[in-house]
Amino acid sequence: MRPGAAPRLRRDRLTLAIVIAAYLGISLLVSNSYFQLMMTLVPIWAVMGLSWNLFSGYSGMTSFGHAAFFGIGAYTVTLTLVHWSLTPWVGIPLGMLLAAGAAFLIGMPTFRLRGHYFALSMLAYPLAIMYIMEYLGFQEVSIPMHSQHPVFYLQFTDPRLFTVLAVALLAVALLISIAAENSRFGLALLAIRQNELAAEAAGIDARRWKMRGLVASGAMAAAAGGLYACVLLVVTPDSVFGMLVSAQALVVTLFGGVATVWGPVIGAAVLIPLAESLNAELGNYFPGIQGVVYGLAIIVIIRLAPEGLFWSIRDRWFRPVPQQIPPAHAAAPPPRKADSGTLLQVKDLSRAFGGLRAVDDVSFSVQAGEILGIIGPNGAGKTTLFNLLNGVIGADGGTATLAGESLLGRKVHQVCRMGIGRTFQVVRSFPRLSVLDNVIVGGYGAGLSDEVAIATAQAALARVGLSAQACDVAGRLTNRQLRLMELARALAGQPRILLLDETLAGLGRDECDDVLAVLQRLRAEGMTIVIIEHTMHAMLRIADHFVVLDHGRVLASGKPRDVVEQDAVIEAYLGKKFLARVHA
Amino acid sequence: MDWDVLIENVMNALAAGAIIGCIYGLMCVGLGLIFGVMKVINFAQGELLMLGMYVSLYLVANWGVLAFLGPYVGPFVGAMLAGPVVFVGGMLLHRFVIAQVSGLRTAGSLDDGHFGQLIVTLGVSLILQNGGLMLFGSTPRNVLTPLSSRAFEIGPVVGDATLFLNKARLIACAISLVTAAALYWLLEHTKLGKALRAAADNPTAATYMGIDVDRAYRIAFGIGSGVTAVAGGLIATYLAFTPFVGFDYVIIMYSGVVLGGMGSILGAFWGGLTVGFVQQCSALILPPQLQNAAIFVVFLLIIMLRPQGLFGRSAERA
Repeated sequence: MRPGAAPRLRRDRLTLAIVIAAYLGISLLVSNSYFQLMMTLVPIWAVMGLSWNLFSGYSGMTSFGHAAFFGIGAYTVTLTLVHWSLTPWVGIPLGMLLAAGAAFLIGMPTFRLRGHYFALSMLAYPLAIMYIMEYLGFQEVSIPMHSQHPVFYLQFTDPRLFTVLAVALLAVALLISIAAENSRFGLALLAIRQNELAAEAAGIDARRWKMRGLVASGAMAAAAGGLYACVLLVVTPDSVFGMLVSAQALVVTLFGGVATVWGPVIGAAVLIPLAESLNAELGNYFPGIQGVVYGLAIIVIIRLAPEGLFWSIRDRWFRPVPQQIPPAHAAAPPPRKADSGTLLQVKDLSRAFGGLRAVDDVSFSVQAGEILGIIGPNGAGKTTLFNLLNGVIGADGGTATLAGESLLGRKVHQVCRMGIGRTFQVVRSFPRLSVLDNVIVGGYGAGLSDEVAIATAQAALARVGLSAQACDVAGRLTNRQLRLMELARALAGQPRILLLDETLAGLGRDECDDVLAVLQRLRAEGMTIVIIEHTMHAMLRIADHFVVLDHGRVLASGKPRDVVEQDAVIEAYLGKKFLARVHA
Repeated sequence: MDWDVLIENVMNALAAGAIIGCIYGLMCVGLGLIFGVMKVINFAQGELLMLGMYVSLYLVANWGVLAFLGPYVGPFVGAMLAGPVVFVGGMLLHRFVIAQVSGLRTAGSLDDGHFGQLIVTLGVSLILQNGGLMLFGSTPRNVLTPLSSRAFEIGPVVGDATLFLNKARLIACAISLVTAAALYWLLEHTKLGKALRAAADNPTAATYMGIDVDRAYRIAFGIGSGVTAVAGGLIATYLAFTPFVGFDYVIIMYSGVVLGGMGSILGAFWGGLTVGFVQQCSALILPPQLQNAAIFVVFLLIIMLRPQGLFGRSAERA
């Protein structure tokens, strides 16, 4: 559970119980079968929206293809019932299983794509399936009547029972979503949405979390689809695999509010009755007007509440008071035993981009407990060197080992788990999360349990002096605080060595001293640090050794005072003319 | 199968693929411009194509403004005139709807406001489809030209195999190529084109350079709408359509644009051409229901092999 989740969880479950009870109460009073169908469809589409939200809402990876899972659920139930007389009580779980499998198969290749490419590629899956279903002759499949076993075959004469069933499904989907939102699953996906590389550098296996999200979401969509087939008794490829199904999931969620469990519920409760009654009231007199009104309604409301109804209502009337986070129950794990001897060994490391040799036969080593400064002019290959070490890009040749284990050929999150903590030249934060949550991501990345991760994060914030800001949203911090927060996130991952990329960039003199003091304190605690920096005088104050890079090559290395007096270094930094004047 | 028949079928499928592909290419260029410059997924693009078809229909048949040009020239002039008409419509749509959820207004917000754009363009698409139904009715229409049932016969080329080139489609193909080339020239060699490319590359920096980015986006959206509408008018000369036709084409357009690589106008054209080829050639071996499935399968295969599209470049800095 995430910090401060317990009261939220209690409140959400209470709301859930009240909403469900009220809804069931109302639905029992409705006798008109048309309105009853509407009462059944609202929770079904709410579940579909929750399914979409579980993956796309939290991770930010828009899926236009959720109809694939909905359709698999619907067709599995229908076809097994037609051919094997299988009860939907088995058919729906079977459909969920198949959809989960399909989600896995779809995710494997498609997660290689990003942004719009991912979103649009997802569109292709349900549509391809739709055409194949049409080709296979499943244009319109009706569920055969089994009126003698209504409960076994889910064919109730009283439509209110379908509503009860749909509401029960919604309750389960909501409970799962609430649990997911308040767990590391939700935090991991939110972090990925806000900055994927930062999440990976903090040890989060982004691909695996996304895959888990898609598989769970696919199964949930299939459950909605399966029940939908039972209620409507007939399926067509277009009605369950069609574009409108994916769009419906998206619309109810975006309308109600993304990345909250209540969004899809609000969206479905408003939009489904609106669309249905428009169809019934206006559709017959003037075909088309219902679509126009519906479209206008969506646009107007999204203009008034750009992030969905839920967030606007909450920000207007229920703005949460910033809460104090209770002290951690668990103790932070003791810091790693200090290493000794040579910790990081880089030998002949190379990487070229086309003809540009960005890192060219670079060798150096870092002793445990020291601060190594990497300096060099812009374009010298410093950041590329870090990217090679923590797995953002692959090396062309050479070796890099951490305490004897090779770093190369591993993914970013794996390198992090080996004990490399990293910060970035341009701070990569999760701007919508609290400072504490930002740092907890690092703890989760190191595989810590919830309690320990919270304690570790609090300890890390104390080490960099940010405890007072723990509850603030990261997007509001100053540059200095952001730099320190990123440092704390790296520390929460229990690193053996820190790679700091221009941590002092853009800081004023006092702020600089502040950060330097933190670094000195870390060294005193036995932390090993490699730092890239431009500011020479700052580096002279803290670094034990220098490595000077220029045009991808190691120009000089050694004690700071010796290095800065070498001609080659002066030339690289200040130019030939300056050097000539020095010697004149 | 008879050898000559096979050759004839393959030859004609390739020719049809190239011709239809060019029209698809133009359609994709329109979307590619909007997508590439504004990074907005516009689900209403298919409806802009539909509007192009109906504008052409009204100019040629219903109002008869272009009747004096006769059935041979009229439909093609109608298609070309649909461009400027929908261009204005696109500008207005952007000014009053799209701009409210995109551009500088949302730059830098979480996900750059993509979720809001999706739902708004879906809403616009619904309004245009159903508004079209109210205004135009649901009877399938087309902009008749006798040329659509005539073909140039070339050959016999090999043995008895003859190549048939549908005249209406051939002219449509030529107009598509000229329009796409004109747009390319506009983007590469005029000041306006430079402004659009700058606004696409880095809106904030473009603002500092004195470019009115909102205006640039509006023009890009207008041109993209107009170009797609021309393609719509051209398709209308050989295919019947209803207000719901946009749906079939928006998917083809996105396949083409993603295949070509976002942000590349040339790429979008090649992408559209590829889709046309796949669609026509799959007819040789697949039953008609699976032709569209073939597009998606090829689309997925290419995009898996080259995630950034055929012409796109990927770049992310750590």
